[in-house]
Amino acid sequence: MTSRTLSVDNISKLYRIGVPQVTSVNSSNPLVRVLTKPFANFRKYRSLYNFSEAELAGETPRDDILWALRDVSFDMDEGDIVGVVGANGAGKSTLLKVISRITPPTKGRLTVRGRVSCLLEVGTGFHGELTGRENIYMSGTILGMRKIEVDAKFDDIVEFSGIGKFVDTPVKRYSSGMSVRLAFAVMAHLEPDLLIVDEVLAVGDVEFQRKCLNQMSEAGDRGRTVMFVSHNMSAVARLCKRGLFMRGGELAQDAPIADVVYSYMTAGGQSSAERVWEDINEAPGDDSVRLHAVKVVGENSMPTGTVDIGHAMGIQITFDVLEPDHQLSPYITMVSDAGIDLFSSADSNRQFESEPREIGRYTTFCWVPAEFLAEGTHYVRVVMRAMNRQMLVFRESDVVAFNVIDERNSGFGTTWWEGKPKGLVRPNLDWTYEYTPPGMIIKG
Amino acid sequence: MSETPHDQPVVVIESKRSWAFVDFRELNHYRDLIYFMVWRGIKVAYAQSVGGLAWALVQPAIQILVFTVIFGNLVDIGSDGLPYLLFSTVAIIPWSYMSGTMSAASGSLIGNSAMLGKIYFPRIIYPLTPIIGGLVNFSISLILIVAVMVYYQVTPTKNMLLLPLLIVMMMMVPLAFSLWLSSLAIRYRDVGIVMGYFMRMLMYTAPILYPSSSISEEMRGWYVLNPIVGVIEGFRSALLGASPEMFIRWDSLICSVVVSLLLCITGAVYFRRMERIVVDVI
Repeated sequence: MTSRTLSVDNISKLYRIGVPQVTSVNSSNPLVRVLTKPFANFRKYRSLYNFSEAELAGETPRDDILWALRDVSFDMDEGDIVGVVGANGAGKSTLLKVISRITPPTKGRLTVRGRVSCLLEVGTGFHGELTGRENIYMSGTILGMRKIEVDAKFDDIVEFSGIGKFVDTPVKRYSSGMSVRLAFAVMAHLEPDLLIVDEVLAVGDVEFQRKCLNQMSEAGDRGRTVMFVSHNMSAVARLCKRGLFMRGGELAQDAPIADVVYSYMTAGGQSSAERVWEDINEAPGDDSVRLHAVKVVGENSMPTGTVDIGHAMGIQITFDVLEPDHQLSPYITMVSDAGIDLFSSADSNRQFESEPREIGRYTTFCWVPAEFLAEGTHYVRVVMRAMNRQMLVFRESDVVAFNVIDERNSGFGTTWWEGKPKGLVRPNLDWTYEYTPPGMIIKG
Repeated sequence: MSETPHDQPVVVIESKRSWAFVDFRELNHYRDLIYFMVWRGIKVAYAQSVGGLAWALVQPAIQILVFTVIFGNLVDIGSDGLPYLLFSTVAIIPWSYMSGTMSAASGSLIGNSAMLGKIYFPRIIYPLTPIIGGLVNFSISLILIVAVMVYYQVTPTKNMLLLPLLIVMMMMVPLAFSLWLSSLAIRYRDVGIVMGYFMRMLMYTAPILYPSSSISEEMRGWYVLNPIVGVIEGFRSALLGASPEMFIRWDSLICSVVVSLLLCITGAVYFRRMERIVVDVI
């Protein structure tokens, strides 16, 4: 039987931003202003947190009120690992802060069963003047552990952090990597019922991030409930089964993680998996040719934002040729989320490099095989060459984006010694063998 | 951890701002944290200083010397027939504790705003930390009191039995003020600006540098409302009870207990109400 760890019931969080200045008639006199200003200030600072019934109802939008969260409801059960995604300012961090009791909701209520550990930052409570040993106790108790629990885990924490003989050195003498490792080691040994993690993966090297993810994944396996906020879609997709998509303070979607990642990637327009220029005059290109649409499609030619590594996928490019007599040849470049050009692929139909295209709409597919791209977010640059004019008609970066996930590999490090496959691509190459029995090996 | 789900604490977080008192159960759960916070405060205060905890002796000693030279010698302010050094030492040591912890505790929420926004634990721990931590300094500086008493060959009396109560009162006074001031300060920074004047006012309206016998009996009813008066008079009677002038003044003692208890209880409730929203308004 699973039990409910968290139940969030219609919570809203309001902030008052920039209360407008009320200037009274007699404020022209500076002396009067000096005397009356304190009263105005008093009202202003008082109103920071007080909202009227009308404001709470929120029927009419007001300039001075920000709804950081609006009517958010969801539940989490024991063992759930839930990823929270959304653009900056969508309310993700506010949601975490409300759940971890740092700030109260303005409306609604939530119930948490068990102990909550909230990792909004690596090394909360760390002090440079204290030694590693002292900071372990400090940080552990701040995160809600008892001293006896820290005692019991002390050796494991030191071992995990790898600080070894520096345990009695003040942390200010540590390298930044060492103190981060130590801080994380403490966090990794917490045993909360609900673990809340915000973007800690943004710090640290790849190895550290991997450790973080592993730790969270294991916490989930042990029946802990984990809530994880990140902009790293491949980490979210790999770690979580379920996702919450926050948009403008509202919970836009509560669904399996692949759907949520797709919604997030396709929301907002800028880097969606599908891009269409309805107005031809706005479209990239010139009088000879204009781009019409670019889509990421799955094996079935249907648009998708998330692609499993085991399936082929395609980039569908639609363009309108507006003048005859141009030798037009498109190509794409695949770009990693770190901005590295992975590869380019030109139109394999070579005839248009020497032959003009007729006026009309062309839709072309560039197919990427299965077992080729690595996990993570990919961006596509679309380029159109005019061979006859020896120029680029358009060169559009980040036209579409999509996410590659590996559905077979939900945990980490099950098959790879170094945790996960290395590199920017992950081709499935053929390996062959030749066997020589011991007696047949010719020396020399 | 073999707890069944039903044993686990259930926390309900609601938007309603109810009036509540200190949650002692929760505070008890965090008692190890209080210990480490106190200990961190002391350790950090004297980190990488040659003098270390010896400063807890030197600082009040210098203060006592300055006051003794100015008020005991240059301006003969009176000290109820006692040597001024003795008279002032037994008052300045508890006053140093009260003023020091009051300033630190009142600014504790503002000073820790970064941590407030990152982690939750009962916020009352922030002002409690300097009040408990200050006891270490206070205990060390008691050496000064003992030294001065030995030097002037003061004989202890049974008034000494009052000391434990007086130490509790000495802690309650800064707690009472700082519960109010720290939670007011998060919304109104004016508190920080006024703090210096406020402390001096408390000091001059208490018999720290002068004897309370110089206050007329008509004024005394008002005078004892300052809870510090009871604590200081109490310390003098407890330690210097052999002198006939230093009898126990129950009016100021009782008044001090009542005033600081009242401020403590109301302050705790107000603090509890404000701690919820501290992150949003700080």
